[in-house]
Amino acid sequence: MQKVLLSGNEAVARGAYEAGVGVATAYPGTPSTEILQAVADNYPDIYCEWSVNEKVAVEVAIGASFGGVRSLSAMKHVGLNVAADPFFSLAYIGSATGGMVIVSADDPSMHSSQNEQDNRNYGRHAKVPVLEPADSQEAKDFTVWAIKISERFDTPVILRLTTRISHSKSVVELGKPLKPNKATYEKDVNRRMILPAIARKMRIKVEERLKKLTEWGEDCPLNIMEIRDKKAGVITCGVTYQHVREVAPELSTLKLGMVYPIPPKLVRKFTDLVKELYIVEELDPFIEMELNHMGIFPKKGKDVVPVLYELNPERVEAALKGEPDPISPPMPPDIPNRPPVLCPGCPHTGVFYNLHRMKARVTGDIGCYTLGALPPLSAMDTCVCMGASLGNALGLEKALGEEFNKNLFAIIGDSTFIHSGITGLVNCIYNKGNTNLIILDNRATAMTGHQPNPATGVTLKGETTHELDLAELARACGASYVAEVDPYDLAETRKALEEASESEGVSVVISKRPCALIVRDEWKPALRVDVKACNGCRLCLQVGCPAISMKEKIAVIDQVLCTGCGVCAQVCPEEAILEKAVI
Amino acid sequence: MKKADVLIAGVGGQGIILASEIIALSAMKEGLDVKKAEVHGMSQRGGSVVSTLRYGEKVFSPLIKSGTADILLGFEKLEAYRTAQAVKPDGVIIVNDQEIYPITVASGKAKYPQNLDQLLAQTGRKVIKIDAYNIAKELGEVRAVNVVILGALASQLDLSRESWLSAIKERVPKKAVEVNLKAFQKGWEVGEKQV
Repeated sequence: MQKVLLSGNEAVARGAYEAGVGVATAYPGTPSTEILQAVADNYPDIYCEWSVNEKVAVEVAIGASFGGVRSLSAMKHVGLNVAADPFFSLAYIGSATGGMVIVSADDPSMHSSQNEQDNRNYGRHAKVPVLEPADSQEAKDFTVWAIKISERFDTPVILRLTTRISHSKSVVELGKPLKPNKATYEKDVNRRMILPAIARKMRIKVEERLKKLTEWGEDCPLNIMEIRDKKAGVITCGVTYQHVREVAPELSTLKLGMVYPIPPKLVRKFTDLVKELYIVEELDPFIEMELNHMGIFPKKGKDVVPVLYELNPERVEAALKGEPDPISPPMPPDIPNRPPVLCPGCPHTGVFYNLHRMKARVTGDIGCYTLGALPPLSAMDTCVCMGASLGNALGLEKALGEEFNKNLFAIIGDSTFIHSGITGLVNCIYNKGNTNLIILDNRATAMTGHQPNPATGVTLKGETTHELDLAELARACGASYVAEVDPYDLAETRKALEEASESEGVSVVISKRPCALIVRDEWKPALRVDVKACNGCRLCLQVGCPAISMKEKIAVIDQVLCTGCGVCAQVCPEEAILEKAVI
Repeated sequence: MKKADVLIAGVGGQGIILASEIIALSAMKEGLDVKKAEVHGMSQRGGSVVSTLRYGEKVFSPLIKSGTADILLGFEKLEAYRTAQAVKPDGVIIVNDQEIYPITVASGKAKYPQNLDQLLAQTGRKVIKIDAYNIAKELGEVRAVNVVILGALASQLDLSRESWLSAIKERVPKKAVEVNLKAFQKGWEVGEKQV
């Protein structure tokens, strides 16, 4: 068969195709985003969608399974928290009629996440199997296995990836697609109505299923024992297996491709064969606790293998040798950091600049705009989770009174607002809040790569659809003041923010301007600084635009980076920032 | 057996991912095992980015043990220096002669080191400096900067020229193939001169 270079995410998409998946859903989230993108780009026969959030994504996938069609739902680790409600019910309901795989892409080290969460724990919590691939080949193969297991054992299956699987590329040998199921629907309330009386029966099924899965794991092809030197053996899973092989190639290994449930006989067989047992796993002592429960205690485990952040070859090597954890690689001292920044021409800049000048309190949310918290803008006080900004603002208002609320703003992106901010808005209005909400509508789910969303009126497949009108929605919810502003116009934006804070009831200001990266052909010529007029006051630096810097006490605008948005020109008291033609 | 561990360091948005794709493809054309790793999302918004690429008969970890990389491709000078110690002591650093100020420098909070050439030389690794931007500009296609740098890298690796050329043909836009092949050649010449 043909060999190709695929990322773990692309390999999962290929696996979905080979497994005969008919419906695939997701909400974008790093590091999971490219799975659905790859489905949409390469496999036109699979129905795929950006759902508004992970909960809905899983519900759509469950519906497909009810109709006899295999389905996949992909999300980042925190997405499974959002989808946990249908997911736990699904664990009872099962998926015999159409196999279902839930892909959870975890982000150890939080490269692009708010927390570090080991979603293997969801397997134990919901009593469903967890598969964990160690490279792209396995990412593809395990997706197919997940569908097979799901149908055979009547259970959803978690396919757990991590950043280093999702975003690493390796060689994949392609396989032949399975025959898809026949789409069909039969009413079966004893299977699908999770009422207490029925759920109590399902509860028994869940325990019996777990026993059967454990039994199957004893000699399933996903768990691979490799006996080399018998002096010591390592039980491991996922990409960590690769680090172990890299730094300690002589050690025997038991790689758990199905990391939950763990088969006790296989583990004992391995521990009997090797003199010393080590457990090397990233994040939580998941395997270790399962083994402890079986009465097995490793010679080396989480006492030496760090529980924080992603592992890599040097950290695994140090742990095995009993050396201090090289938690961060050696770096030269005293060189400037390079934190991520809002891009040149970012429309959010105009809003954050105003909030900074107003000395506003700001409850924030999740997206590119979270970078508005960094200096020099420093215009965000809090960030909790998707959609939290509204609830947080209302809580502050109720705790501290209406006076505090005057200069308090909740800020949220268009996609995040639709994901889980709408309920927060309804709640603020219902509970008689005076909350001021800013929706940053940049016409895309920008952070994850500019996916469309309901407010852009385009689907994952690029088809046009109904365009959600955020202003009308806000009015329908009962907002008393609604304004739409162009964030490139600093004065207009400031006026709307002030009116919002002064008006009674819940106010909504919608900052409307496409992300600069999706309208490159609309960029204006780069601006320039009139060196005679610039007095070096550095006010333009307060905009936080990466295109502006100081050279010999005069502001300089990078002619490649500048998009000509003109925000800095509005800030300059000397009117020294001008269009090229003027100077 | 051919093998190499390559690090690529730069600033989010510089086109590092395409460069590592072309290296990976070239190695695959020789029947080698390949792995590469990178991060997407938040850190890509103008922040420091490090990508790894490894090829050989069999590659396990997609990551490279610090201090053992054979070669570092620095797309930006400060990022090259930040990552320099991940290269083995007798390894090679190819550095693009470009400075991009981080926001910490642009806002006056920190100073961009003015002696990076000297600091890089002091690391003891062999340093190959390449003015990829001006080379690409002379060829009339500034977007070919990445391929100029790849040419310099190719001159230091054990993959065949044919593999490189066919990988480039596959990965760059059709109408830009010719200029990119020229860019590769120019980069190769700069790298070769410094062997």
